[in-house]
Amino acid sequence: MQKEFKLMKGNEAVAEAAIRAGCDGYFGYPITPQSEIMEYLMLEQPEKRTGMVVLQAESEVAAINMVYGGAGCGKRVMTSSSSPGISLKQEGISYMAGAELPCLLVNIVRGGPGLGTIQPSQQDYFQSVKGGGHGDYRVIVLAPASVQEMADFAVLGFDLAFKYRIPTLILSDGIIGQMMEKVVLPEQRPRFTEEEIRKNTPWATVGKTPDRERNVISSLNLIACNQEAHVNDLKKKYDTIEENEVRYETYQCDDAEHVIIAYGSSARISRKAVDLLRAEGRKVGLLRPITLFPFPKKQISDLVAKKVKGFLTVEMSLGQMVEDVKLVVNGQTKVEHYGRVGGSIPTPEEVADAVKSIM
Amino acid sequence: MSSIAKKENLVYQRPALRTEKEYSFCPGCGHGTVHNIILEVIEEMGLQEKAIGITPVGCAVLAYEFMNIDMQQAAHGRAPALATAINRMMPDKAVFTYQGDGDLAAIGTAETIHACNRGENIVIFFVNNGIYGMTGGQMAPTTLPGMPSSTSPYGRDVETMGGPMKITEMISQLDGVYMSTRQAAHTPAYVRKLKKAIRQAFENQQARKGLSFVEIVTNCASGWKKTPTDANKWLEENMFPVYPLGDIKIDGKLVK
Repeated sequence: MQKEFKLMKGNEAVAEAAIRAGCDGYFGYPITPQSEIMEYLMLEQPEKRTGMVVLQAESEVAAINMVYGGAGCGKRVMTSSSSPGISLKQEGISYMAGAELPCLLVNIVRGGPGLGTIQPSQQDYFQSVKGGGHGDYRVIVLAPASVQEMADFAVLGFDLAFKYRIPTLILSDGIIGQMMEKVVLPEQRPRFTEEEIRKNTPWATVGKTPDRERNVISSLNLIACNQEAHVNDLKKKYDTIEENEVRYETYQCDDAEHVIIAYGSSARISRKAVDLLRAEGRKVGLLRPITLFPFPKKQISDLVAKKVKGFLTVEMSLGQMVEDVKLVVNGQTKVEHYGRVGGSIPTPEEVADAVKSIM
Repeated sequence: MSSIAKKENLVYQRPALRTEKEYSFCPGCGHGTVHNIILEVIEEMGLQEKAIGITPVGCAVLAYEFMNIDMQQAAHGRAPALATAINRMMPDKAVFTYQGDGDLAAIGTAETIHACNRGENIVIFFVNNGIYGMTGGQMAPTTLPGMPSSTSPYGRDVETMGGPMKITEMISQLDGVYMSTRQAAHTPAYVRKLKKAIRQAFENQQARKGLSFVEIVTNCASGWKKTPTDANKWLEENMFPVYPLGDIKIDGKLVK
């Protein structure tokens, strides 16, 4: 079958790919720079294509709790927002982590803190990979660096969410959300039938039948030892995810003496910086974490073992991911950070200069 | 005794959909009665396999331990948001929320009003006892003027704390609300009326008429610092004048 190419914005690609991933419901609230996601869905009327529900909620808080309700019924559900809106959703995400509910979250990050700016940023790394809301928990974090990956990760995100009963977050930014690129869209797959939900997600609340006990979706556990056991079980799940789901990409790392570590838009810019430095005969490579949780710790350790002389993290932040790199490197070699904030975007030349400064 | 305890003499029994778990409510509390009546109606209408209930944060947080149906426990105030999604994606189910006054009329005001405004095809049960019960008797939006609570120890001062919020009257103004009524559950006569209202609400839901909203004004003997008997007397003398019982909206029309 001939592949279907389209020229789309990242926001549109994730929306279209979600429909094709068999999404049952999207619940959102407008915020720049991600409003095209809900606008695309409303225009596209997926209820006529697949029966997917699209609903504009009264707030981000309501939207994430609609996602909780739908996920509790075994449905493929999603929401999207940008930084301040994601902050509002954190309570609900914590509840979903506690109740072990699958869903797809999309954060098209803008600059903060506060209302900040509508320009692109990567300042939500800590919030994304360390839990984000209250309590010990993790969500799977996928960091796309292209419009193609915005589409691919909608499908992957749902699959990982259901595989582990965990919220999966696409951590993107205003550049990738807004820019247009060629994209190959996934094929349409069917939505779950109620029969499939009852069989594949037997915990879902779709109505108690005589052949099973009632199902309860809850994050509440008032008995201390039970809650401790539950949180320890969550930890085991996160360990399994760290074991099995690390995704990353390397570029020019084989003989690299210095390695840039960057994700998302910063990885695109850093790749160009690697080319500039290689043209000067400098042995520089790029490690692009695709999953930020789980974080590619082993891959960084391997580079340390190969006697890499120094790492530079490039992130549109004051330096967040750099802390995780330092934890892995553990003082064995130099780790520095280069970033721009507030909606400013680093140029490849700036990144190349920053690499030279650690040489 | 054994000659009396026969099936033909039975006037009341444990609802078939009650779990074996003992209620955790205080003596004299109205929640247990309301739980029982909802379960009786679900059973009598044959809705057990369709029913999906949403529990709040508050005294009824553990409703899922007592009701033998599929249930979800919501974040504080967000039950109507959960119910919205479930209703939209599974319109053939019987979705209801069960919420207290802090949950529904304070922190969840936005979710309440907008679920009503969209006319979600759900039933909302709103148990109003004028106080936060579970957290220990703090002031609610529904607390009466001058009424003491642990956060209005000198009585609710309307000048600085606002007056009792009649949210059932408020949401009744919205076109999406098909039925709204205010009932009580502290005497057998009121329980019979309440059961009729609950049945009507689920019938509306099954007929896809829109949102049905059933407020139940109850006591909180512990929060009010009264004996159960005194609490019921106080309920009639003080709560009912502010929250008059009866239908507010029937068949999509305000009752004159």
